[in-house]
Amino acid sequence: MGDAEVIAGLPIVASGITIVRGGTRVLDGIELTIEARSRTFILGANGAGKSMLLRVLHGLIAPDAGTVRWGRQTARPINQAMVFQRACLLRRSAAGNVRHALALAGIRRSEARQRVDDALARVGLTAIADRPARVLSGGEQQRLALARASALEPEVLFLDEPTASLDPPATRAVESIVSAIHARGTTIVMTTHSLGQAKRLADTVVFLDAGRVTEIADATQFFAAPRSPEARAFLEGERL
Amino acid sequence: MDTISQSFALALGMVAHLDPRLTQIVGLSIAISLTSTLCSAAIGLPLGAAVAIARFPGRGPLIVALNAAMGLPPVVVGLLVYLLLSRAGPLGEFGLLFTPTAMVIAQTILIVPIIAALTRQIVEDAWVEYREQLRSLNASWRQSTVTLLWDTRWSLLTVLLAGFGRAASEVGAVIIVGGNIDGVTRVMTTAIALETSKGDLALALGLGIVLLTLVMLVNVGAHLTRQWARVRFG
Amino acid sequence: MKRFIGSLVVMLGMLVATCAAAEQPFIVVASTTSTEQSGLFGHLLPSFTKDTGIEVRVVAVGTGQALDIGRRGDADVVFVHDKPAELKWLAEGNGVARYPVMYNDFVLIGPKADPAHVAGGKDIAVAFRKIEQAKAPFVSRADKSGTYSAELRLWKDAGIDIAKDKGPWYRETGSGMGPALNTAAGMNAYILSDRGTWLNFRNPGDLEIVVQGDKRLFNQYGVMLVNPANHPQVKKGLGQEFIDWLVSPHGQQVIATYKIDGQQLFFPNAGTDS
Ligand SMILES: Nc1ncnc2c1ncn2[C@@H]1O[C@H](COP(=O)(O)OP(=O)(O)OP(=O)(O)O)[C@@H](O)[C@H]1O
Ligand SMILES: [Mg+2]
Repeated sequence: MGDAEVIAGLPIVASGITIVRGGTRVLDGIELTIEARSRTFILGANGAGKSMLLRVLHGLIAPDAGTVRWGRQTARPINQAMVFQRACLLRRSAAGNVRHALALAGIRRSEARQRVDDALARVGLTAIADRPARVLSGGEQQRLALARASALEPEVLFLDEPTASLDPPATRAVESIVSAIHARGTTIVMTTHSLGQAKRLADTVVFLDAGRVTEIADATQFFAAPRSPEARAFLEGERL
Repeated sequence: MDTISQSFALALGMVAHLDPRLTQIVGLSIAISLTSTLCSAAIGLPLGAAVAIARFPGRGPLIVALNAAMGLPPVVVGLLVYLLLSRAGPLGEFGLLFTPTAMVIAQTILIVPIIAALTRQIVEDAWVEYREQLRSLNASWRQSTVTLLWDTRWSLLTVLLAGFGRAASEVGAVIIVGGNIDGVTRVMTTAIALETSKGDLALALGLGIVLLTLVMLVNVGAHLTRQWARVRFG
Repeated sequence: MKRFIGSLVVMLGMLVATCAAAEQPFIVVASTTSTEQSGLFGHLLPSFTKDTGIEVRVVAVGTGQALDIGRRGDADVVFVHDKPAELKWLAEGNGVARYPVMYNDFVLIGPKADPAHVAGGKDIAVAFRKIEQAKAPFVSRADKSGTYSAELRLWKDAGIDIAKDKGPWYRETGSGMGPALNTAAGMNAYILSDRGTWLNFRNPGDLEIVVQGDKRLFNQYGVMLVNPANHPQVKKGLGQEFIDWLVSPHGQQVIATYKIDGQQLFFPNAGTDS
């Protein structure tokens, strides 16, 4: 305890993050810290700003106001990966997609080959490794995107609704993959519309409403008794 | 009508007998146009991709200029290259005028804008789609460029074909810088121009039919490749 | 990308190889469309190459452009037909010496219907006057060619200031002999052509020779070496060898034997002061 190794780029500290798009504040003064090795879930209604916040935390979008610090750095670190809400797969085979990501990360071919096989096996895509990624089904594409991100063995993994179009067994498979990745020491930042999933996986819940954080809480406590009225209303909806 | 049917017969005859003069001219046409296309690809593909990806002041005007340069008049390019390569011109010491190399240079100048402008459009469309993913994967500018060019390669094949088609069918520039020397710089198009001016319209059209067939064959090949690729790579 | 560059190198290599394979000694001769398109070079040059092992690369353009190519040093020899222009070119120091080689003649071509009633005439000046009076369509090269120079001289001989008297009937094409003949055939016009190009022309339409044989229609060809003092790369020895061969008895005889449909086209006259 206390002598946990220091991981560069963590914790991620966001302060005063504001993003303005089309005249509205899509994110509005977000204060948030992602602790190393945590599993942080960002919850909220459609359009609340979850995907936008993930992009800011991943360093893809510079905020219009406020700052993000990754550990001591203010520049986006390279030891992160993200699975986007809409998977963007390259016009290559499934395996080719993973291989290319590893090549961009400068990983040697001999090592990459093993990692590609492992990553595809984890998400159950080994049988269709040579198929063009773009003809895969929606669910297969999402799993491939997860395989690609996990193959990079990042310190921080952002996942934007990674199970949105998966069938129940695949959803469970993805959840166990995420758990396994977390067990290796990876910090997880994730969004979902499945409260059950959040209950199963989350340590910390961040609740977003119309671009504002209304509540940051320990997961068990959040689901037992949310403090903010917006979160309460959101959870009510689930119970109907 | 008479001339036209006569030229089809002539074209068939020339192809059937593998007329050695014809094969020499066709061979030179292909060699020169292909070389120009490859040179232009080496310049135009990275240039187009760079303009697609990079944001810099003057980018808008550059794109307009590139698009406009697709319509460069061959005669003007021919004349410029002529003046450059002439013994009395700045590059005269290399003695390139009236050689196939001069023709490659002129054609390259003509088709680099075509390849660059079309590549820019294709790569930019893909870039909009890939940008975040590539940034997320920490791809450098160079890596992004290569990734985009590779992933759009089947569309870019069409671009190269457009370039090759223009090179193979162009006459205004190559006749000026090549001089239409029999056996050295006489290609399909300049041979057609010569036969036309000799009033041998049937032979001219016959050569034209051979040229068309050739360009068609190249396109059929590319089309099949693309179809195969679509099945194979999605 | 790497593949592209790879195949590029291969292609260039092949191109260089083909060029190198054809690397027997050669000279570049800037000449006129009339010598090339009449087929004379096709008859003459193989004979020269067989005798000397020198390849001749002919760039066939108008006399004016041929002289310009020589002036710029892009050819070793010019072989053209416009004596006044040639002498001027020499006087400007562009060449070494001029050798008369041969002459052919111009013919007046016109529609069989002959709207200006010139057919069968022997006096070209009379014919030109009649065409002008009848305002019959006439196609002019209007380029910097020897044929055009000759045409302008003939208008002058006919007492017509063509620059002033031309009307819509006088059509200036600015093109080579062949394209101009195509134009004339297309609109049934009169046109001045050299006999060789005319005899080799395959698209005569309704045109035929209407006036020929006037001495003023003779068309002298001269050959000149580009001045090596201006352009050190000029192949002085090879170029002179070509000139010497042309004016030698053997070369002159080869010229005389070139015939189309049994008609001799070029009449050697080296050694005269034409
Ligand atoms: N470029 C833009 N211009 C205008 N509005 C934008 C732009 N980008 C995003 N927005 C808006 O920002 C809001 C937040 O978008 P975001 O994608 O973060 O939502 P989300 O919480 O991920 O929703 P979902 O649950 O549907 O994925 C949305 O209302 C969206 O319309
Ligand atoms: Mg979203």
